[in-house]
Amino acid sequence: MKALFYPGCAMQKNARPYLDSLQAIREDIGLELREVEDWNCCGATEYMSVYRVAAHALVGRNLALAQDQAGDTRVLAAGCSACYLNLAKTDARMGEDAHLKATVNEALAAGGLEYRPGSLEVRHLLDLVCHDIGYEAVKARVVKPLHGLKVAAYYGCQVVRPDYDGRWDDHEHPTAMDKLLAVLGAEPVDWALKTQCCGGHMSVIGPEVAYGLIRRLVHGAQQAGADLVVTLCPMCQLNLDAYQVEMNRHFHSDYRMPVLYFTQLMGLAFGKPAKALGIGKEFVSAAPALARIQAEAPKVAETKRKRRPKPGDALPMPGME
Amino acid sequence: MAATPGDNRLDHCIQCGTCGGSCPSGAEMDHTPRRLFALIRAGERDAVLASNAPWYCVSCYYCTVRCPQDIRITDLMYTLKSMAIEAGLFHDASLPDFSETFVDYVEKYGRSFELGLATRFNLRHHPIGLAGMAPLGLGMLKRGRMDLLPQRIDNLAQLTAILDKAKALESPS
Repeated sequence: MKALFYPGCAMQKNARPYLDSLQAIREDIGLELREVEDWNCCGATEYMSVYRVAAHALVGRNLALAQDQAGDTRVLAAGCSACYLNLAKTDARMGEDAHLKATVNEALAAGGLEYRPGSLEVRHLLDLVCHDIGYEAVKARVVKPLHGLKVAAYYGCQVVRPDYDGRWDDHEHPTAMDKLLAVLGAEPVDWALKTQCCGGHMSVIGPEVAYGLIRRLVHGAQQAGADLVVTLCPMCQLNLDAYQVEMNRHFHSDYRMPVLYFTQLMGLAFGKPAKALGIGKEFVSAAPALARIQAEAPKVAETKRKRRPKPGDALPMPGME
Repeated sequence: MAATPGDNRLDHCIQCGTCGGSCPSGAEMDHTPRRLFALIRAGERDAVLASNAPWYCVSCYYCTVRCPQDIRITDLMYTLKSMAIEAGLFHDASLPDFSETFVDYVEKYGRSFELGLATRFNLRHHPIGLAGMAPLGLGMLKRGRMDLLPQRIDNLAQLTAILDKAKALESPS
């Protein structure tokens, strides 16, 4: 299928493995992606905190550019939860609120653009893979099934909520990614935290809040017996992976739960080399988990952090978990 | 609050507390969303705009999908944040400043810039903590997961014109 593609800032860099693995599997599943030319940042959760209307104009430029470049498709795909939600939200709000639509279009006119709400179908990549390309087509490409790998499908927040177009089976306990991972041969574990928050921007502005949320998720996945967590969002990956190291330092814990993108696992099951999928760029190495399925994974240089002894260390403390 | 795009349905709140109970950072908030809405109705403007609640909102939308009255709680939190920035009543300037720094980079380049954002924010508000975060930043660089320089879109003039116009249309509120 054909779709316009909005990569977003994160996928360009911190989530580069997501983009690389997507590129590696794209042809196998017949997904033709055309990048929206000269797209700008979606504003994440920050722009809207400062400007209410301009935030929609910021996203409106992307929608208008995509609409004008659409050609033979009206699907606009995004891989990041925040990008996806912002694109979908501006489209939905402009569609229901005539005043907002007029205001945003008046602003867009200053740049020679106009957006007609509803002219694009804003979709998340996982949604396209599961619901348009379909599990059967994915299954047909599996050459190295991920048998023996226990995975915790983690959806995070903003793809399944608020879900303006009703794309998902459930806002709190969706199953699309679990089914996808099962098709790849992996064993999705049953866990209750699949749509709980990763901490979002709190990892920077209020780390103590974020560390609590990150620990809860990592611990939950471990308790459920998962070898790794699978995600669909750059922010979730960053928080659960890079900040897992910081979280361990904060709580004096030693969790080692790798976090990969669903596209990386698809690539492994399709027989692509791990390196081409960006595996090895994570902070918490996925190599031990992938060794279970005899998948070769590049070594990750783990950031060793000296643990500062705390006064309570010598005493046998009861576990907090 | 009426400035929130779309119908926010705040008037429909029945004070059930589902929002606060669903909130991942509810325990850290001085007022849960339910209490905030009661304060808004009581006309306690300053107490509302000084609250940490909107700033601790992580935009997870649990409250929004669980609200039996379909109140757009997360969207209301965004409105409260922008009102709080204008009013300048929130005690911890670092939280609004993070949003404003992010906005600055987006307006200057058309793209977000993680290294600049993290460095500028931490230098200003957590200069001591910055050293502690250095391994994370270096780890990102080593893995090719962070840019040293921001990326700029081609037609920045167009974006600037659009945003300037949008802000002019927004300001009379």
